[in-house]
Amino acid sequence: MTALPLVRQHLIDPEICIRCNTCEETCPTGAITHDRRNYVVKHELCNECGDCLPPCPTGAIDSWRRVEAPFPIDQQLVWDSLPADAAPPAPVDGASEVPDDVLRLSEIASAAEGGRVPPPWSAAHPYVGLYSLEKPAIATVAGVHRLTAEDAESDIRHIVLDFGKTAMPVLEGQSIGVVPPGVDPETGKPHHVRLYSVASPRNGERPGHNNLALTVKRVVVDRDGKPTRGVASSYLCDLQKGDKVTVTGPYGSTFLMPNHPGAKLLMICTGTGAAPMRAMTERRRRRMGLGEGGEIMLFFGARRPEELPYFGPLMKLPKELIRVELAFSRVPGKPKEYVQDRIRASADAVRAMLTSDDTFVFVCGHKKMEEGVLAALGDVCKDGGTSFADLKDRMRREGRLHIETY
Amino acid sequence: MSIDYASRIPNNVGLDQNKQLQRALEHWQPKYIDWWRDVGPDNSSGYDVYLRTAVSVDPKGWAEFGYVKMPDYRWGIFLTPQEEGRLVNFGSNKGRPAWNEVPGELRSTLRRIIVTQGDTEPASVEQQRHLGQTCPSLYDLRNLYQVNVEEGRHLWAMVYLLHAYFGRDGREEGEALLERRSGDADKPRILGAFNEKTPDWLSFFMFTFLTDRDGKYQLAALAESGFDPLARSCKFMLTEEAHHLFVGESGIARILQRTCDVMKELKSDDPAKVRAAGAIDIPTIQRYLNFHFSVTLDLYGSEISSNAATFYSMGLKGRFDETKIGDDHVLTNAEYPLLDLVGDALVEKHANALQTLNERLRDDYIADCQAGVDRWNKIMEKAGVPARLKLAHKAFHRKIGTFAGAHVSPEGKVVSEAEWTHRSKEWLPSNDDHAFVQALMGRVAEPGKFASYIAPPPRGINNQPQDFEYVRFN
Repeated sequence: MTALPLVRQHLIDPEICIRCNTCEETCPTGAITHDRRNYVVKHELCNECGDCLPPCPTGAIDSWRRVEAPFPIDQQLVWDSLPADAAPPAPVDGASEVPDDVLRLSEIASAAEGGRVPPPWSAAHPYVGLYSLEKPAIATVAGVHRLTAEDAESDIRHIVLDFGKTAMPVLEGQSIGVVPPGVDPETGKPHHVRLYSVASPRNGERPGHNNLALTVKRVVVDRDGKPTRGVASSYLCDLQKGDKVTVTGPYGSTFLMPNHPGAKLLMICTGTGAAPMRAMTERRRRRMGLGEGGEIMLFFGARRPEELPYFGPLMKLPKELIRVELAFSRVPGKPKEYVQDRIRASADAVRAMLTSDDTFVFVCGHKKMEEGVLAALGDVCKDGGTSFADLKDRMRREGRLHIETY
Repeated sequence: MSIDYASRIPNNVGLDQNKQLQRALEHWQPKYIDWWRDVGPDNSSGYDVYLRTAVSVDPKGWAEFGYVKMPDYRWGIFLTPQEEGRLVNFGSNKGRPAWNEVPGELRSTLRRIIVTQGDTEPASVEQQRHLGQTCPSLYDLRNLYQVNVEEGRHLWAMVYLLHAYFGRDGREEGEALLERRSGDADKPRILGAFNEKTPDWLSFFMFTFLTDRDGKYQLAALAESGFDPLARSCKFMLTEEAHHLFVGESGIARILQRTCDVMKELKSDDPAKVRAAGAIDIPTIQRYLNFHFSVTLDLYGSEISSNAATFYSMGLKGRFDETKIGDDHVLTNAEYPLLDLVGDALVEKHANALQTLNERLRDDYIADCQAGVDRWNKIMEKAGVPARLKLAHKAFHRKIGTFAGAHVSPEGKVVSEAEWTHRSKEWLPSNDDHAFVQALMGRVAEPGKFASYIAPPPRGINNQPQDFEYVRFN
């Protein structure tokens, strides 16, 4: 049994909307209408095609709520502001909804460049939100292993969690939530849930075992470069074998790998953004004997080889499985190189991949890389005489371009 | 000079197949670029600006984001897709097929309409050219430049129509559009409001909220035109105009937000204290609103207008949302209410609906402005600040039409000349107001930083983070 499903409803934020009418003008299904006060969406007519999103000058159109029953337009017409999300229903038999914290984090991660895309058509069906904050799963630490050199600036760890007899079905590209113990001293409330991408394939870090791996970087500076101590990352990096960890999830229903024979993967990542790429690569490595084909190309950036998680194992991967292009930005005596530089240097191969309808692009890493990567892909296309803008839109529509940045 | 038009000028008008049009634009394009460099945004040619470029008319294609140097902006020519079997929907030609060529007898009238609309586009770029030097943030600077390049694109749209449909006359008009200058004593822009200065960002936001909204209503009326290429051009321009209205409305909203925050911190509504704290007091904002609103109301022309009646009867310029209005769309026997000045009193009278189309469009516009002002007032309401902004009466401070030269207070009361002289500084920005606002206009151009008088936006452009480097100065 699963929880009562909440309905996802497309709404317009009356506090931000300036009533310019472009959404109503654009909507192909006539789902948007207005009165003298508000612009509103008829839930029964909206097919979530997203045509109204780019023309909106304010972003008011990009508002979504999970509701038990959709708001009819006569209610929407008198709003001054959007209502809060409906509270998630009580978990039934272990199943629950996705917590607000998680939704917020995933929304931030996929916010840039237009938001949601569908999953690849051949992705497996994901389980989402089996474990909630109210009813979490408890995992046991099976091992913690430092991935970066001892003298490296960043401390990135490979953490294996075992779920024993508790079901935790995860797909490559999905994440789980980790709740650090204790309370936030500033608010006196329990810590927020943190999301981590799973770095292992669906049948376990050790094949056939009910375990999974995470790639966690110890946070020691904040976004502004000021020293800080990441609550969850420190907690995870300092775990010892046998410790118990409170886990929610799994989460994510779009950033998933395609499964059909011949599916090609173009993966671009930095730092711990490598986690989902490792999961997908490992899935494919384990199935190499099946001869399903489909190239894999990986662009991976870090400051130095010593800072690059999984550097050693990556170097040992068979050339017929994957082409690896590494970019290092802080190697003494060498010019700075970023993933976008490697993409441009490999233009022919990248272009060949982009022109195939079987290619699925995954980008994961720091928010700042996204723009550079898209610009590089744009240049690669332009040199080949195609428009990346068109291609990008088509790939997004077809669930072939997935971006998760944070 | 050879240009790959298919890629340099994104278009959906088959530019690469129309040699004659290509030649005309080839001749005009370098002059346009010279104009842009001469009187477009100051010293900005080398900047990389995070801009939205329209590359096609479908929803996905007209918002391509990326860094662009403005002189390299791909000013495109777009018409919304043709509607099969579209008819003239109003006037004496109602029910005939919409024109795809200019009917001979409508030629000069139509040209005049297009030139008047086209003239406002470069004018506003000229009016705003120095604002970059005093931007309150990189986000706002980027928005200014986005508005500027899109006004440039709107000029392209009108010049395309002149070149494609009006032969030599059209080409000459196209050049004249680049020769007139906003505020120039010898060769001014056609409409009054477009010769006013835009000296500071409060004026700029008022201009984009109020005067660009006039643009919206004019374009919407032309989007109903029986001359199909004009209707389709204007329809596409409306989507871009929305961004300009957004810049204005959200700009003032952010200024009000900041003012309210400061008032709450100071626990005072004393304008002098608010000013001393580096924010703009609400009475000053109200005076700017009064000025820009009244100047913009004049753009609609006289209450009684035989020109407007002719444009309508010919099927060239409709009413706002013409096809959604449930009447005969001919209007010969209909009436419309309007205000008249009789002695010291404003009295309502009725006049022929055809003759009062300017007034009707002005009223539609006023209702739209009122909705925006109501949204601004919610900011004060939320902050617990009792002050509210008000739209001035439509007879206030008018230079054109029935109320030209009359002395009417913002509340709509006819006052004596003496009272007007005495109180107009309560109602309109004074030299002191201008000097104060001008003094606030320091340049803030560091990512994520904002001037003292304006709050950060609730959302970035294209969902970018607040400290995004929207403009790179190189």
